[in-house]
Amino acid sequence: MDLKNLLPRGIRPEPKIEAAKRTIPKAAWEQPEMITCKACQRRATRANWNRSLQVCPNCGYHAPIGGYYRLSLVLDHGSFCELDADVQGTDPLQFPDYAQKAADQTRATGMKEAAVTAKGTIGGMPVVAAVLDSQFLMGSMGTAVGEKITRAVEYADREKLPLIIFSASGGARMQEGIFSLMQMAKTSAAIAAFGEHGGLYISVLTHPTTGGVTASFASLGDIMLAEPGALIGFAGPRVIEQTIGEKLPEGFQRSEFQQDHGFVDEIVPRSEMRDTLEKILRLHERKGENKTA
Amino acid sequence: MIKEVLKMVEQLEAEEQALQGDAPELALRRRQLERDRRELLESCHDLPAEDRVYLARHPRRPKIDDYIAAIFTDFFEQRGDRQCREDASILGGVALFHGRPVTVIGHRKGHNMQESMKYNFGMPGPEGYRKALRLMEQAQKFGRPIITFIDTPGAYPGKEAEERGQGEAIARNLAEMSKLDVPVIAVVTGEGSSGGALALGVANRVLMLENAIYSVLSPEGFASILWRDAARSQEACRVMKLTAQDLKEGGVIEQVITEPDGGAQADPGALFAQVDKALQKNLEELCGMSAAQLREQRYEKFRRIGRGTEESA
Repeated sequence: MDLKNLLPRGIRPEPKIEAAKRTIPKAAWEQPEMITCKACQRRATRANWNRSLQVCPNCGYHAPIGGYYRLSLVLDHGSFCELDADVQGTDPLQFPDYAQKAADQTRATGMKEAAVTAKGTIGGMPVVAAVLDSQFLMGSMGTAVGEKITRAVEYADREKLPLIIFSASGGARMQEGIFSLMQMAKTSAAIAAFGEHGGLYISVLTHPTTGGVTASFASLGDIMLAEPGALIGFAGPRVIEQTIGEKLPEGFQRSEFQQDHGFVDEIVPRSEMRDTLEKILRLHERKGENKTA
Repeated sequence: MIKEVLKMVEQLEAEEQALQGDAPELALRRRQLERDRRELLESCHDLPAEDRVYLARHPRRPKIDDYIAAIFTDFFEQRGDRQCREDASILGGVALFHGRPVTVIGHRKGHNMQESMKYNFGMPGPEGYRKALRLMEQAQKFGRPIITFIDTPGAYPGKEAEERGQGEAIARNLAEMSKLDVPVIAVVTGEGSSGGALALGVANRVLMLENAIYSVLSPEGFASILWRDAARSQEACRVMKLTAQDLKEGGVIEQVITEPDGGAQADPGALFAQVDKALQKNLEELCGMSAAQLREQRYEKFRRIGRGTEESA
């Protein structure tokens, strides 16, 4: 017990109330001018990071980026048209604090869920594009993400459009339990049906893509692309190290490793992603069909 | 709780066996023990989730080879993925089910330590899943229904498994299973954890034993990810909705198969009869459907799960 509490009220020092520091962490004027790279620890100016599309100007580390920004880098200017923007998750387990946590994430990121799906054009060719955003609950796949991805695939199937999915995810979302797991089957089945009808699916793996997303739609692309240095795998490195009781070698489960083991067609830097996608789309263009938007 | 009950049951059994001889007082004592034992087992109703997790992992719980021996005849085992190796943690082959050829595939767990090591505790690598897919495609070729038995702590999180594409192998199974033209029935017999379980679970009907569990991850893994504390797994069991009853309500599975009092290991014979009956009933219904109907029904079954909500801003 604090002795001060025994003093009579008049003499007892009043507890200090600290005024809450007024900061808006996401606001541009609150952000530091210099950014330290998570990979090489070197610093570069914000302007340089922005110019390099959030790739470290020193070491080439591809920092995770938001879903809308990602789409703005590949879709033709002004072609973006969001699909199913209002789909939100449910709380099937009534998991403590989950609803609150999701609401906080919405406030922090402006996103309703961890996936953005859209229709747009690349080089004038119409596509359906989806992005998982690792800023929203680590891009984990719950029912809303599964539903949005499935709807995007089904939309592409109906409209006979090519499909591009950028993955970045910690895997199935724990808070929605078995219902998250079932999204793996749901999305994979949709991709399978889309493929059977002759649809082109380009899967782009970005940092990090793990767990239930790797073990479902992200691994099923006709064309598999990856950003440099992305962590791609089913089990996380920490779990593997615990299981086998040894340290994993440098570069294990990175894009280059996945390419060496036959799971990735091409590693594409962020600055070249748009042109690469356009080239692949041109190679698959069906004569007389969907030439223009 | 169930742990203590089962221990007491074992003690009674041991005592009963120790009583040799035909003296009338011994016979009386035996009857008494038998009655106590039955009462104890019958008290195991409406078990909490953590007790079901315990039963689902019970070392004496029947394994896939027990089911095959009891329910099927003329089993012929098929091995290997035809690419690089044989993964013994998945058992598969052709067998007769009441005279009808079917393909049986499932996770294999051992009955003792030596077997468990050999079968990697039922944790397959990508080769196991590729073998399973190979057998499923063959079943499709010959028009055989597929019956899978799910019982795994998860896909093996090892170095080689990653190098050979664990994620890709599971994903491929999910996609290909959704396209099969033949009836597929999955039975969750023990623990069905994560994508490693689902990779054999894209079925027209998913049946589940009363004390089996099916979940996004093991309760330990769940607790360590969400609360950074694997010791809270008991709590995880309660919130995860991983019991057969919960999943039936959630529309994830179609049928709960009743287990004998005290769990499957207490009376395997009675259990096999129940499983046999459930398989017959479901297979009968599915065999009346066309290939297109089977595919559509399977697609729709998973399509319906977890549609999210939509409220316009």
